[in-house]
Amino acid sequence: MRYLPHTDESRKDMLRAIGAQHIDELYTHVPKETLMSEPLSSLPSHMGEMQVESHIKALAEKNTPTSKMPSFLGGGCYHHHIPASVDHLIQRGEFLTTYTPYQPEVSQGTLTYVYEFQNYIARLTGMDIANASMYDGATADTEAALMAKRLTKRNNVIIYPCVHPDYIDVLKSYSTHSNGTVELGTEPDENTACVIIQSPNYYGLVFDLKELREKCDAVGAKLVVAVNEIVSLGLLPAPEMADIVAGEAQSIGVPMSFGGPHLGFFACKKEYMRQMPGRLCGKTVDADGKEGFVLTLNTREQHIRRDKATSNICTNQGLCALAFTIHLGLLGETGFKTLAQLNHTQACKLADTLESIEGVTLKTETFFNEVTASFPISTELLSTELSKRSIIGGIPVGETKHSMVFCATELTSDEDISKLNNAIEHILKEQESNGGLSHAV
Amino acid sequence: MPFETDLLIHQSVKGRCGVDLPTPEVRNRTGQNLRESIGLPEVSEPQVMRHYTRLSHQNYSIDENFYPLGSCTMKHNPRLNEKLARLEGFAHLHPLQSEEHSQGALEVIYQLTDWLKKLSGMPGLTLDPAAGAHGELTGMMMVRKAHEAKGNPRKIVLVPDSAHGTNPATAATCKYTIVTIKTGDDGMVDMDAFNAAVKEHGEDIAAFMLTNPSTCGLFEPNVKVIADTLHDIGAYFYCDGANFNAIVGKVLPGDLGIDVMQINLHKTFSTPHGGGGPGSGPVMVSEALVPYLPIPYVEKKKDGTFALVKENETSIGRIKGFHGQFGMMIRALAYMMSHGADGLQKVAEDAVLNANYILHNLKDDFHVPYPGPCMHECLLTHKKQKEHGVTTMNIAKALLDAGYHPMTVYFPLVVDGAMLIEPTETESRETMDGFIAAMKTIAKRAQDGDATAFHAQPQTTFRKRLDETQAARKPVLVEDK
Amino acid sequence: MDIPSHLKYTAEHEWLEIEGNIVTIGITDFAQSSLGDVVFVELPEEGAEVSKGDHFAVVESVKAASEVYTPISGKVVEINTDLVDAPDMVNSNPFGDAWFVKIQMSDTEELEDALDASAYEAYVEGIQ
Repeated sequence: MRYLPHTDESRKDMLRAIGAQHIDELYTHVPKETLMSEPLSSLPSHMGEMQVESHIKALAEKNTPTSKMPSFLGGGCYHHHIPASVDHLIQRGEFLTTYTPYQPEVSQGTLTYVYEFQNYIARLTGMDIANASMYDGATADTEAALMAKRLTKRNNVIIYPCVHPDYIDVLKSYSTHSNGTVELGTEPDENTACVIIQSPNYYGLVFDLKELREKCDAVGAKLVVAVNEIVSLGLLPAPEMADIVAGEAQSIGVPMSFGGPHLGFFACKKEYMRQMPGRLCGKTVDADGKEGFVLTLNTREQHIRRDKATSNICTNQGLCALAFTIHLGLLGETGFKTLAQLNHTQACKLADTLESIEGVTLKTETFFNEVTASFPISTELLSTELSKRSIIGGIPVGETKHSMVFCATELTSDEDISKLNNAIEHILKEQESNGGLSHAV
Repeated sequence: MPFETDLLIHQSVKGRCGVDLPTPEVRNRTGQNLRESIGLPEVSEPQVMRHYTRLSHQNYSIDENFYPLGSCTMKHNPRLNEKLARLEGFAHLHPLQSEEHSQGALEVIYQLTDWLKKLSGMPGLTLDPAAGAHGELTGMMMVRKAHEAKGNPRKIVLVPDSAHGTNPATAATCKYTIVTIKTGDDGMVDMDAFNAAVKEHGEDIAAFMLTNPSTCGLFEPNVKVIADTLHDIGAYFYCDGANFNAIVGKVLPGDLGIDVMQINLHKTFSTPHGGGGPGSGPVMVSEALVPYLPIPYVEKKKDGTFALVKENETSIGRIKGFHGQFGMMIRALAYMMSHGADGLQKVAEDAVLNANYILHNLKDDFHVPYPGPCMHECLLTHKKQKEHGVTTMNIAKALLDAGYHPMTVYFPLVVDGAMLIEPTETESRETMDGFIAAMKTIAKRAQDGDATAFHAQPQTTFRKRLDETQAARKPVLVEDK
Repeated sequence: MDIPSHLKYTAEHEWLEIEGNIVTIGITDFAQSSLGDVVFVELPEEGAEVSKGDHFAVVESVKAASEVYTPISGKVVEINTDLVDAPDMVNSNPFGDAWFVKIQMSDTEELEDALDASAYEAYVEGIQ
């Protein structure tokens, strides 16, 4: 077996050296009737690299990825270009095969990029500080709500219905065992710990935070802003009115990979530092006075506080945070803003197109790279018909099942948009002649 | 010695850029004034390459050398798994694509589920959790929901004092009160203390969270008695499966009476630790808890195709966006197939053999708090060296100068100056002999009264000892803008 | 080990200085040396009501967090905000500059459980 260095001979030698006859003597505390001396017969035996590769390649080929045809899917997971250097660097064994920097003297590589990551997230979001990353956007926003509860000593959370539905669902799941309520889009009052809003929201709409900030201030509630397309922060003003900005940073450096691993982030005002969840990296000096980095404020965490910890989280999304940090470094100030403009410009063209089709109504007045439009046919039918024409349509939304959210990124070409335009026009004409157009728009 | 490199923010020169993007037509339908300065660095591609390559040299890694970090299972990470996770059909697959377009991905999830069910002997499984601690939370949410379904969520969770901090933190997150069970002199659960707690709290007890094999590196011999006792009072038996590497293919947790157990794909199943993530923490459950598994999950339909189930009324609901850490699942499946049932059994046996080999060779030089045999990790303490003014911290830093990453230190908390050594099955006897020799040298130095020199270590690392006190007193988490 | 004779003590290693019905509370030299370098002190709000046995503050080192308990009930009338910026005072001057809070007692009888310096010294020797 290629991953195991021992030969049967060396196993015997080692057993002899420790004074055992058989390996099962080392399992002496295991109830005898449960100890298996033979391998499980219900599973196959070991395979060589060629066999494993061909098995898994065959599975990959059963999929139709977004690289195979124009795709307009967004909704918290975005198809962006990743420069070749990113994947090269994150596959360096010194990054890939190391663990949590428990020994800072031999972990400055990891600690330095985590510190860079914290800097970038803080600057992008307009917040004072950020942590070393979270599992994903959904859990990051849930942790933001939990932190707001600790800060305000209040129990109720309000989340806007236009936040990513997975984020709402995760928050609800985490809240079933806690005191307090989760309400959708109600007005905050003096029992409200926080209000969570997403901008641009799930439908693509860019939201003005000013009014909500005032409402929160009037009752002492925290304002949490969710961002799940982080590229939007290259064009839109930073949500610095927020108390906490948390969300998803997959767009920079991390492939979509059928939904994970992605990259949650968490940023907030400095005064909340000691209530933050997750890992934090801080700057310090070594015994020679040289600058270096360590994990810090550990007393918030489970390995010290145990049942009184701010959260049970004990890792971050290390390698995804590294990919983000490298990609953002390559983009830099100019490249990141250009990338954001490219996304927005393609979305503007997409909006122009949708607006120009008779029977189609654009629902999002202000947007970044996603727009919602309503159609005179059901979105189920629209998806199927688009798929027949080798187009991956947008995300069906809304109770009437006639609206769809379309996303454009820098990978969406003018040709893709024109193909979508032709397809929709054709589908609508076909349906019209079949008498299939609905008036319930 | 690795090269120094400044933070990229400080290498910035206005006008440099590491990408060439097309020049977009400027449009604005955001309804906002466009963003002004962000404060990102401006650097070229070669600068980025050099910066991160230099940083990589400042790290210690399993690729380079032995990494005996107890309870973390730092084993070899096969690159085949990396290659397969990057296949276009997986990497560019959007999570909201139709079932028709994602049959291969759904089948990966289905196949991995099948492997893990067979390896655990447990009937239900979720692959949604993002990490071990997230799996714990998912498991305890199911426990709570199952009790609620019977009309009473109950109040108390029993946790041994040797447990990883995530166990009490998780139970507290689920609004349970923790009752701590002490560890006996043999490193096992003190059965008198356990029985007394069961007697005192009875049906207020929701679950017992036991790590098995334990954080002391031992297999809990009373595991079936514990399971029966808990089931008699209607409580659930939660097993923290962080140490599954010791028993994979040797023992089916389902045979031990366990109701719920999280494992870590990044430990037992070799997905890379990546400097602290991404992980993946599948949770296996007994029949009693199957109705409460989180959504979504994959089902095989009658026609042989695969479907994603997103609704289930009894479920605890969704615990993560989309469908879990899918990229980690591909890697784990490739690893399991490579080993097969026969190889995985050898994984456990060799891991246990290696830990016992180290224990045997160091037992005269270091204090061994609990008699062996151990499982896949062995526990030593600094008791003998402390008499000479040398502590576990000093030993750890001396190991750095000897070219080794230290073991896990000061954990578990139940012994003073703990050193938890986990060699894993992917290390050869020669590598372990080198480590054993280094440890023996350290023990001898301590005995020879070399304490002062210890206190100045490490000397040969990229940075010397970092001032953690200053970092915590005056936290600097970001640069001034 | 410094144990000033004019103070009262608790088994949780707090010291008390009593002036009328105002009690100043801090942690002892023994407590600070067991904790190591103190990096942060979390204090209650002024005006907070506390009951005997409550934890009213948390003192943190790099690797530990310890709760500080009040042996008396009453109202927090003053907190030592200097500790927020200079937590190291807990190490350098535990009985002086590094007091934590002043509490206005509501029940002076609760002081009967407090140890005097010699009793505390014997207690510390017992656990060492």
